[in-house]
Amino acid sequence: MGNATALRRNARGLPLWGRLALHTVLIAGSGLMLLPFLVMLLVSLMPKEVILTRAYRLELVSLQNYFETFRVVPFGRFYLNSVIVATSTTVLQILIASLAAFAFARLRFRGRDALFLLYLTTLMIPFQVTMIPNFVIIRYLAWYNTYQALILPSAFSVFSTFLMRQYFLTLPMDLDEAARMDGAGSWRIWAQIILPLSGPIVATLAIFNFQGSWNDFLWPLVITNTPSMRTIPVGLAAFQGQYNTEWHLLMAGSVVALLPVLILYIIGQNWFVRGITLSGMGGR
Amino acid sequence: MTTQARTAQSSPALRRNPFRWRPDHQWEAYLFLAPSLLGFLVFVAAPVVMSFLLSFVSWNLLQPPDWVGLANFRHLLTRDPVFWRVMGNTAYFMVTIVPLQLVFGLALAVALNQAIRGILLYRVIYFMPVVTTIVAGAIVFQFLLNRDFGIVSRVIWDFAALTGLPIEPPDFLNSTRWSKPAVVMLTLWKNTGFTMVIYLAALQGVPQELYDAAHVDGAGAWQRFRNVTFPLISPTTFFLFIIQMIGAFQLFTEAYAMTRGGPAQSTTTVVYYIYQNAFEFQRMGRASAIAWILFVFIFLFTYIQTRMQRRWVHYEAG
Repeated sequence: MGNATALRRNARGLPLWGRLALHTVLIAGSGLMLLPFLVMLLVSLMPKEVILTRAYRLELVSLQNYFETFRVVPFGRFYLNSVIVATSTTVLQILIASLAAFAFARLRFRGRDALFLLYLTTLMIPFQVTMIPNFVIIRYLAWYNTYQALILPSAFSVFSTFLMRQYFLTLPMDLDEAARMDGAGSWRIWAQIILPLSGPIVATLAIFNFQGSWNDFLWPLVITNTPSMRTIPVGLAAFQGQYNTEWHLLMAGSVVALLPVLILYIIGQNWFVRGITLSGMGGR
Repeated sequence: MTTQARTAQSSPALRRNPFRWRPDHQWEAYLFLAPSLLGFLVFVAAPVVMSFLLSFVSWNLLQPPDWVGLANFRHLLTRDPVFWRVMGNTAYFMVTIVPLQLVFGLALAVALNQAIRGILLYRVIYFMPVVTTIVAGAIVFQFLLNRDFGIVSRVIWDFAALTGLPIEPPDFLNSTRWSKPAVVMLTLWKNTGFTMVIYLAALQGVPQELYDAAHVDGAGAWQRFRNVTFPLISPTTFFLFIIQMIGAFQLFTEAYAMTRGGPAQSTTTVVYYIYQNAFEFQRMGRASAIAWILFVFIFLFTYIQTRMQRRWVHYEAG
């Protein structure tokens, strides 16, 4: 036993110089990773003239650029749009996916496996293939430049359905059967047994999809054309195209754009990592 | 009602296990599926079929579509020099981004898998760019790489002054030679944390006993990595390789936000070209044809890799 722990320490623990070297490299790497964030914050707090002279001084810090950014571009509106779109997409996606996953994992019906296979097959098709017809359909429905157009196509996700089904399959079937014996129908089993037991997967998908929707770029870019419907990333890109030398404003806009996801990330960083690992491992 | 009864009777699972109480959920199941199926039909299944048909027409959204047969594909593959340029650009991004990201991600994961302090903090920092909006990242990178006042050019000037070497910082974003490396840098900064987190999860699944055994047999650190770690995490490497290749094929936002595909189309990717054809030139048919060529490429590459994995990917026996 003592031998085993000694071995373990030998195999795992590094000598002091090794640990120091590792920390040096990791800290340098962290600096590189954080540099863009720090530069963004610094420039956003400095007056315009300082950028060319590089005479950054602590006394010059002010929120002036933020006020001006909100004055020249409708950032408040972008924010509102992003909050509406990301929240509704996430809620709808989880609701729709959990209903479908419940049917796939807990109910038996004709054609279940064939349908599920068809769902999975479409995971291979890149978004770019369906993007143009989706654009045509949205225009046909007269939804161009509306919230429906931003929300509904992403409210349905094969991938979320797949991950939820995999999770539901791990819950014992006896639960359903006991509930049915007690007279509960499928809806009650879904709402009062399966969903309450699925906290981890729901939280993971929620945080992961919210982040994905918040940062989504290509679809909001093609389906909106007025500032009043732009989400944060698309609004920021348009702002960048328009004010491409006004670094002090662009940096303030970038900080504003990043803040919500970064706060969400710092609070729920374990869920983020879980979401990534989960999707990375195909739900295993 | 009678159909339901017949279904229940003919279901093989029910016959096999007649004592297990199994209600027939046929119609209920479709109710649960209805919202999902509706979304699937309208936004996935129908568009796939439509997209295929669109690739054989010429359509500017204003006039009715015109059936042109294979003309879109023929034009792209034989008469459109821009198409091959954007394919080349995409290939460049693939052969740079994919290996670099795998190497950096694995190195970081191995470093963070050691028994040292502050692992959690390092992980938070390295993963932070993954959750950020690419456009914001691109704005800062444009600033950092700016020839006149960017930090990168400043470092290069200082280095030149210090060593007396005749080097000058490149004008990253306005030079056809340096625009691609600039996009690569942004992508690596943004995505390496993702690779790291997936690798870290894989490394934590390698049983400690194997290292102990290798250690007893006198294997050094490199040998342990080469002969124990690397084979055991090869399924993860394979998986990351595939999804990053697909990601590189689909590169768009980084190039759009960083350089708008320029200068002189040096960073225009295949997906960027789809976007341009559809939404700048109003060539819906041509854009759909490019999307299908992209799909075929992705499919072929994935298929070839899957066939080749036998040679180097080790799945645990049993």
